[in-house]
Amino acid sequence: MPTPDWLRIRRSKDGDGRDAAVWSKCPSCGELLYRRDLAANGHVCTRCGYAFRMGAYDRISAIVDGDFTEIGAEVQAGDPLGWVDKRTYPVKLNADREKSGLGEAVVCGFGQIGGHDAALGVMDFHFRGGTMGTVVGERIALLLEAARRRKVPCVLFTASGGARMEEGMLALMQMAKTTAAVARFMEDGNFFVVVLTDPTTGGVSASFAFQADVIVAEAKAMIGFAGRRVIEQTIRQKLPDEFQTAEFLLEKGAIDMVVTRAELKPTLVRLLGYAARGRRAS
Amino acid sequence: MTNPIVERERGLVELERRIAELRDVNVDQPVDMSPEIAALEQKYEEILREVFGNLSPWMKVHMARHPNRPTALDYIDAFERFDELHGDRHFRDDPAIVGGFGLLCGRPVIAIGEQRGRDTKENLRRNFGMPSPEGYRKVRRLAHLASRLGVPIVTFVDTKGADPGISSEEHAQSEAIAMCLYEFSQARVPIVATVVGEGGSGGALALAIADHVIMLEHSTYSVASPEGCAAILWSDASKAEEAAARLKLTAQDLQGFGIVDEIVPEPLGGAHRDREAVIARVLGSIDAAVSRLAAMPPDRLLEERYRKYRRLGSWESGQQESDGSHA
Repeated sequence: MPTPDWLRIRRSKDGDGRDAAVWSKCPSCGELLYRRDLAANGHVCTRCGYAFRMGAYDRISAIVDGDFTEIGAEVQAGDPLGWVDKRTYPVKLNADREKSGLGEAVVCGFGQIGGHDAALGVMDFHFRGGTMGTVVGERIALLLEAARRRKVPCVLFTASGGARMEEGMLALMQMAKTTAAVARFMEDGNFFVVVLTDPTTGGVSASFAFQADVIVAEAKAMIGFAGRRVIEQTIRQKLPDEFQTAEFLLEKGAIDMVVTRAELKPTLVRLLGYAARGRRAS
Repeated sequence: MTNPIVERERGLVELERRIAELRDVNVDQPVDMSPEIAALEQKYEEILREVFGNLSPWMKVHMARHPNRPTALDYIDAFERFDELHGDRHFRDDPAIVGGFGLLCGRPVIAIGEQRGRDTKENLRRNFGMPSPEGYRKVRRLAHLASRLGVPIVTFVDTKGADPGISSEEHAQSEAIAMCLYEFSQARVPIVATVVGEGGSGGALALAIADHVIMLEHSTYSVASPEGCAAILWSDASKAEEAAARLKLTAQDLQGFGIVDEIVPEPLGGAHRDREAVIARVLGSIDAAVSRLAAMPPDRLLEERYRKYRRLGSWESGQQESDGSHA
């Protein structure tokens, strides 16, 4: 889509940085959207309905009723491998902290969802592609342990490119760590819901994301174990567009439901309601 | 791509042939050739040390992938007894996973391994040791059985990674691996995992949440294959050698992080140069670990397993800095 003249003039005046703060381009249909309109519409394109990747705090405010008490924010990444490529790992982390306004790729805490006390963790693709390193694993484990003590259900939103390469095997071990915490939480009879959002792949999809009691996916989200590029290189052919979408996984029986963003909170409230009444009845 | 370890071995083969020839001839020769033979043998040892004495991480990757390296079944077949159990009870039997009842040093165990082929034909049948969801569901089934019966679990890890194909995605590879992790974290029996070749990513971890993790000296275990890591970070798989160096994927690195508990030494030049000795050594280490763990009550076993994985990582919180020492 060509850039309108009035916008080009604005860009040349304000520079790209400030411009990006005002306008977002829809990756699906190309429409230029006024940021405030986009936020008011739940970060869903007003033209085609594409659900934008959402910031963790935007998501939290869209899901919890009011207050949200964050936990685990003090947990910050080390640099176990002393990683250097074009930049060092600490430099990459700092750049993402500035760019995203987040401390790490997940935000965890407690709040109410439709009147139900719940633990809530939200991953954010804008920080290192939502990759799971020690901090993501540690914060999620802390959340599940606290939820287990409080005997409240846990809802996790996933968005991840997989394990974080710069932490090597210690990143892979977070699959084991989160699993251990999930298993303890669930074996005690607590209710665990995961919402898969665009994209959820690799070490996150192959650990806590697919261990939940109920797995919800946001419409059109890309979900899979191996990345699309890897599969195409392996089989040496192009994959169909719908491959690895939420709708595809629903058809294959891998997830429970596909939900639009507008329906997400009401759906979660109902699910938490069933579980809460079940617990009281027993 | 040819394996550079195999390339290096080619020169040695010629020397081996000449030594053997001289030995044969020497038997019925009036002139004793022993000094010549000894000199050649010494030279051979020197070359061996020079070529294999100090393997780089990238060379270890190739050692782990060596076509003659003992595979899971080479270890399992050395048990006193093995009765293979097949299938996931849903869809099919995945030949990339072997598993079943076995007797190890007189003790019944459930043995599970990732099995690559020992030749091209077997590799095709076993999908180069890359398990599909059906394979991981078989793993989970057998681990659950072991836990129910109170029989220890012994696993052998050797895979580039879980299969990344279309049908694997359609059959929910993520869920299959995730539920293996769940089962292993809850199994109320000792689990001993040994990385005998390549430990590639989540597909390896699916068999490796364990109370005692053993690695062979030249095995590797990494968050992604070096080729995969280079493709992910730099969109250039040819930088795999660089990735191998940065990923800290050697047994020695991983012992430092607390991920690996024990390293079993290999002969100079790799496990395939003295297979029987290496297999016996590995089985001895597994038996020692199982014996020690079997003495622990299941609740304590689970508690210690939880604590072990709970503290792995490197993070800072408040004033403290930690590298795998957080409780």
